[in-house]
Amino acid sequence: MPTMTMAKALNAALADAMLDDERVVVFGEDVGQLGGVFRITDGLQARFGDKRCFDTPLAEAGIVGFAVGLAMSGLRPVVEMQFDAFAYPAFEQIVSHVAKLRNRTRGALSVPMVIRVPYAGGIGGVEHHCDSSEAYYAHTPGLKVVTPATVDDAYSLLREAIEDLDPVVFMEPKKLYFAGAETSLPARTEPFGRAVVRRPGRDATLVAYGPAVPVALEAAEAAREEGWDLEVVDVRTIVPFDDATIAASVRRTGRCVVVQEAQGFAGVGAEIAARVQERCFHALHAPVLRVSGLDIPYPAPMLEHTHLPSVDRVLDAVARLQWEDQPDPRWLTEGSAA
Amino acid sequence: MTTTPQAARRASPRKRRPSAPDPSAGLLPQTEPVRLLNPDGTLLPARADYPEPPVEALREMYRRMVVGRRFDAQATALTKQGRLAVYPSSRGQEACQVGGVLALRDDDWVFPTYRESMALTARGIDPVEVLTLLRGDWHCGYDPAQRRTAPQCTPLATQCVHAAGLAYGESYQGRDTVALVYIGDGATSEGDFHEGVNFAAVFKAPVVYFVQNNRYAISVPLSRQTAAPSLAYKGVGYGVPSEQVDGNDPVAVLAVLNRAVAHARAGKGPYLVEAHTYRMEPHTNADDASRYRDAEEVEAWRDRDPLTRLETYLRGRNMLDDAAVAEIAEQAETYAAQLRERMNSQPTVDPLSLFDHVYAQPTPQLVEQREQVRAELAASEEDA
Ligand SMILES: Cc1ncc(C[n+]2csc(CCOP(=O)(O)OP(=O)(O)O)c2C)c(N)n1
Ligand SMILES: [Mg+2]
Repeated sequence: MPTMTMAKALNAALADAMLDDERVVVFGEDVGQLGGVFRITDGLQARFGDKRCFDTPLAEAGIVGFAVGLAMSGLRPVVEMQFDAFAYPAFEQIVSHVAKLRNRTRGALSVPMVIRVPYAGGIGGVEHHCDSSEAYYAHTPGLKVVTPATVDDAYSLLREAIEDLDPVVFMEPKKLYFAGAETSLPARTEPFGRAVVRRPGRDATLVAYGPAVPVALEAAEAAREEGWDLEVVDVRTIVPFDDATIAASVRRTGRCVVVQEAQGFAGVGAEIAARVQERCFHALHAPVLRVSGLDIPYPAPMLEHTHLPSVDRVLDAVARLQWEDQPDPRWLTEGSAA
Repeated sequence: MTTTPQAARRASPRKRRPSAPDPSAGLLPQTEPVRLLNPDGTLLPARADYPEPPVEALREMYRRMVVGRRFDAQATALTKQGRLAVYPSSRGQEACQVGGVLALRDDDWVFPTYRESMALTARGIDPVEVLTLLRGDWHCGYDPAQRRTAPQCTPLATQCVHAAGLAYGESYQGRDTVALVYIGDGATSEGDFHEGVNFAAVFKAPVVYFVQNNRYAISVPLSRQTAAPSLAYKGVGYGVPSEQVDGNDPVAVLAVLNRAVAHARAGKGPYLVEAHTYRMEPHTNADDASRYRDAEEVEAWRDRDPLTRLETYLRGRNMLDDAAVAEIAEQAETYAAQLRERMNSQPTVDPLSLFDHVYAQPTPQLVEQREQVRAELAASEEDA
């Protein structure tokens, strides 16, 4: 099988979607001639013309609001936010209109669209270029929130996002853009709403999504030396969320660590941990732990490695899963007078 | 012979260059709002740039304005009876409310705000469906796709970009639909107003941005919103032709909007119209306008009432007499009575409908929550 990067697979997904459905239009900042700052739209304008793939004025609320109107007229907009943090000007449009139009109008108007957001860090980017913003969107009913971690998923989930009847925030882990894998497109993987076991294991479940999936897989590999056989579940679609697959895995292993790159407080990982303990309480031998980024603004490039969840941090968490039925000593004293 | 450049310049008297054409010509509004009627309703001298609209259209405008004002009063009354949660009146703005929809075809799109209940009824939408939002049984009572009317927009100015996208999408697909955006003076300070006008201009989208400058954004006066000579001057920076009009002169409002719509429909891109008007009532029934404006100011605007102005004009044109005025007033009463009657009952709401239309297909989590609420309802019914 040929090898391909995630960036190329995303590009192929856009091209194939445009070929299959002439309602699909792709626009944003620098997506035309340049092909996007990450080249995800490379060649689309040359191939499909500047009515199907075009640059807009520099205004993110404008881009998303314009997509609302285009979707109302029957087109299928796919817009690119140049970076995670630069989608914030569009937040009002996304939350108040994109997410709600179907519900406000009892289904009379819907605005299927894809908002592509290159997100998260690990690429040495300076401030405002590395945010993990998925929780903002996942907290908003009416949006689907999807994040691929493999090349095949990048292609398949993006195709499905463009076909979906609901708006999809499509979060692309920047640090995985140029990682290659064997693939033969057009790949079709599991549909929206299904998490996937990336690596089977018996002793504990690592739940991860997007940029944290490779970290979890690496940790599982390293854990073998310590005698742990870890299962890794890739969430893939944060909304709709697959409780069933994740709960089934944790019921098998009895232990769970959630790994996310985003800061932890009030994050997606917190939601996952809560859902797992609600569903698997009697199967759990230890509290569900989280490994996440620190609760700080995304750090400067020279410090980002301290912030990002590392293999070691994941292994430390696994070590604290009460293998000897010993409660984590830190929690025996917490809250008691010092 | 050598000369310094300065000497050379001095030696040859500068040729008068033909003055370059003013790039803002055709974009700037007239320095005074366009007006075709005197405040007392008598006609001003005819002008070439804005021909008087057909008198039949103006008579229909009058009819809808009378019904609209009666509707508006009825809606305010319904707040007092607890039938509506809140109502933002547009009394005093009838020429704009009705003119905006009258300038359009049925297949054109309207992007209204919370202020436009009257405009929507003037568009022929069932008043009960219009008031659904304020009655509180759902967010939007009419079918926007079928009525070609977006849901009334509350997040200020956000509709400006939707209209640009919709109008561009329509022309992209070969249709000559125009979109008209209603927006208030205060909302022109929001970023989305600027992004919307700019997008429409860059994509040559057939949009008419119709600013009802009623001089206040809740309590904040226009002087706090802008230092521009008038809001119509905001178009030139985007390359958008703009005009200002006396918003209480129905004849001028329709004339200016007709031209703006024709411009957009002809594929020449967006148009910005600012109408100078005034809301006679507080921001909503819950507002106390005496905290920010005095009675004399309101009284002064009573003399420019758009309805009496149009009535005087139509009588002068022999398009209206006492009998017709009485008949239209009667129509308005019937309209209001029917509305009162229909709003008298409590609408039925289904708690389980909360889960409909969040997504095309509910997520497993919503299915679960729906089931939980269904069980709660069943249990409370058993208790009862
Ligand atoms: C983004 C946003 N900010 C604040 C509000 C609250 N708000 C509702 S109406 C209003 C005043 C708007 O004034 P204007 O645009 O002049 O319209 P008018 O109400 O006078 O018709 C404000 C501040 C809002 N709806 N949306
Ligand atoms: Mg106002």
